[in-house]
Amino acid sequence: MAYDYEKSIRPGKLPHIWCPGCGHGIIMKGLIRAMDSCELDLKNTAVVSGIGCASRLPGYLDACTLHTAHGRAAAFATGVKMAKPEMTVLVVGGDGDGTAIGGNHFIHACRRNIDITYIVMNNNIYGMTGGQFSPCTPTGAMASTTPYGNPDPTFDISKLAIGAGATFVARGTAFHATQIDKLIAEGIRHKGTAVIEILDDCPTTYGRRNKFRSVVDMMKRLKDIAVPVAAAAKMTPEQLEGKVLTGVLYKEERPEYTEQYAQVIAKAQGA
Amino acid sequence: MAKKVALMQGNEACAHGALYAGCNFFAGYPITPSTEVAEVLSNELPKVGGKFIQMEDEIGATAALIGAALTGAKALDATSGPGMSLKQELIGYACIAEVPCVIVNVQRGGPSTGMPTGPGQSDMQQAMWGTHGDHAAIAISPASCQEIYEETVRAFNLAEKYRMPVQLQLDEICAHMREPVTFPEPGELEVIDREAPTVSPEDYKPYDDSQGQIPPLASFGSGYRYHVTGLNKAADGFPTTKAELVDAEERRQIAKVMDNLDDILKNEEYQLEDAEVVLFAYGSTSRSARYAVNELRKEGIKAGLFRPITVWPFPDERVAELAEQAKAIVCPEMNLGQMVREVERVAKGACLVSHIGRVDGEPINPGQIIDRVKEVL
Repeated sequence: MAYDYEKSIRPGKLPHIWCPGCGHGIIMKGLIRAMDSCELDLKNTAVVSGIGCASRLPGYLDACTLHTAHGRAAAFATGVKMAKPEMTVLVVGGDGDGTAIGGNHFIHACRRNIDITYIVMNNNIYGMTGGQFSPCTPTGAMASTTPYGNPDPTFDISKLAIGAGATFVARGTAFHATQIDKLIAEGIRHKGTAVIEILDDCPTTYGRRNKFRSVVDMMKRLKDIAVPVAAAAKMTPEQLEGKVLTGVLYKEERPEYTEQYAQVIAKAQGA
Repeated sequence: MAKKVALMQGNEACAHGALYAGCNFFAGYPITPSTEVAEVLSNELPKVGGKFIQMEDEIGATAALIGAALTGAKALDATSGPGMSLKQELIGYACIAEVPCVIVNVQRGGPSTGMPTGPGQSDMQQAMWGTHGDHAAIAISPASCQEIYEETVRAFNLAEKYRMPVQLQLDEICAHMREPVTFPEPGELEVIDREAPTVSPEDYKPYDDSQGQIPPLASFGSGYRYHVTGLNKAADGFPTTKAELVDAEERRQIAKVMDNLDDILKNEEYQLEDAEVVLFAYGSTSRSARYAVNELRKEGIKAGLFRPITVWPFPDERVAELAEQAKAIVCPEMNLGQMVREVERVAKGACLVSHIGRVDGEPINPGQIIDRVKEVL
């Protein structure tokens, strides 16, 4: 029997706004399966986003959904989680939203190790505004604001998250659809800030400018560059050139922020 | 039993007023001259099971504030000029999403970094027009430590009742001066909590105004699942670009304030019955103005003070009446002409309107006001 996504989708809210060939829908399905496998109570689940194509995702989910301002999702989510730690708090958003305008909130959420799961849908571009370069657009790539090729170096979002203190960091791709839910579910179960970076495609504003002849070509790229962590361990640096590691990249146990604050309350109350 | 009286700064009074109002969440970022609000609440909130979080920047503080408020928290944020500028986008978010919260702006000199330890009243128009787009605003300017305490309680009440951000426009003088504050007993001041929905979660629409101008707000995690967005939206909370729905929502959000001025406006009138010259002053400047009224009266000059405590919405009606009654309205304020614009707009030339502006980091003293009154009469 086909998997029943409908139970987590808000009645009447589909079709979604994403273009044909965009991987966001694949990631949303992975997220729904992950939420299901973690048996989340949607009444006590907040799904928070900023602005951009990816940030429209929460509206489709039948949870407590909060579509905020550009870049601010992690900070809104921090407020929700801090005020009501018993809620499960998920953040979804794009690479530009999360690591450019929202970079400060992103790294500080990681540093606090507050128990939110942040899913970054990294399609290497600002899609909603028509394809301007993001901090994740490859150097040399074409975007609507890099007519001579992108001069900017890029962020490695997963490394950024690890460096900033996130205690669970994983990476998948929109091509490896069946892995997405497992990575997100592990992130949700993890106590602390979990960052799940899902490499994605934007055929409309990135693919067309960068010689991808079809969505299939873009998906093939995701397939080709992804190397599971275990496999990478057996590969030489030369073999890993141009590849991206996937799977669980980092995991540690560290005190979670709202639990730390519970201790502040206990101290203040003389316990 | 004698009431508790304590000598404290305006900023401390603000923090204690917030606690009286039931504030259980503070998010902020350090900035002079507002920091004592955060310091007091970092100490006091955990004692009552509340939460204090120092965020990574001013924008993040307001984001966390709104996130917390959506879970049902009574949330406070305190800042000053540069921080207030940074918060503007999210103040607009709280307006359109209709999220109750209170933001304190301890005004200092500006623009930019300006004079961080000097007083100012130069963010008065910003309190109304700082965020983009049409919207209503409620802002309050108290003038003493006791009043800061009580008006902080009222700010929370208005935020909860009208489901919107309320700004407390303090100034550095009021925030840092020390006065005795009498703590009200529990129950002595009204404390309003937001209305919760009575409909079932299945029937709940977060912006449904069929039962009144201010739709009840369900807390996240209370069994109600709904969508919140900064986009123009329909009654169900989901984005819409339908012209008639967008128009109706924007107008309702302004009308919920402008139709309730009797409840929201608050002024103090001093010696106005026979006043020929009206001093229009608010915040710490009103203290100099009151002194000036007393001195002028001793000399037989019929001066009076109109002190708006709610500064936004502007008290159009009463100021228009005073413009008809008086020969002149003198507006001292620590800026180069902000609220005087409103006085002029409302007076419509019915009397002379004279502005005293000061932006050198020094307060406006009574002598300055007395001199100006004598000039204009």
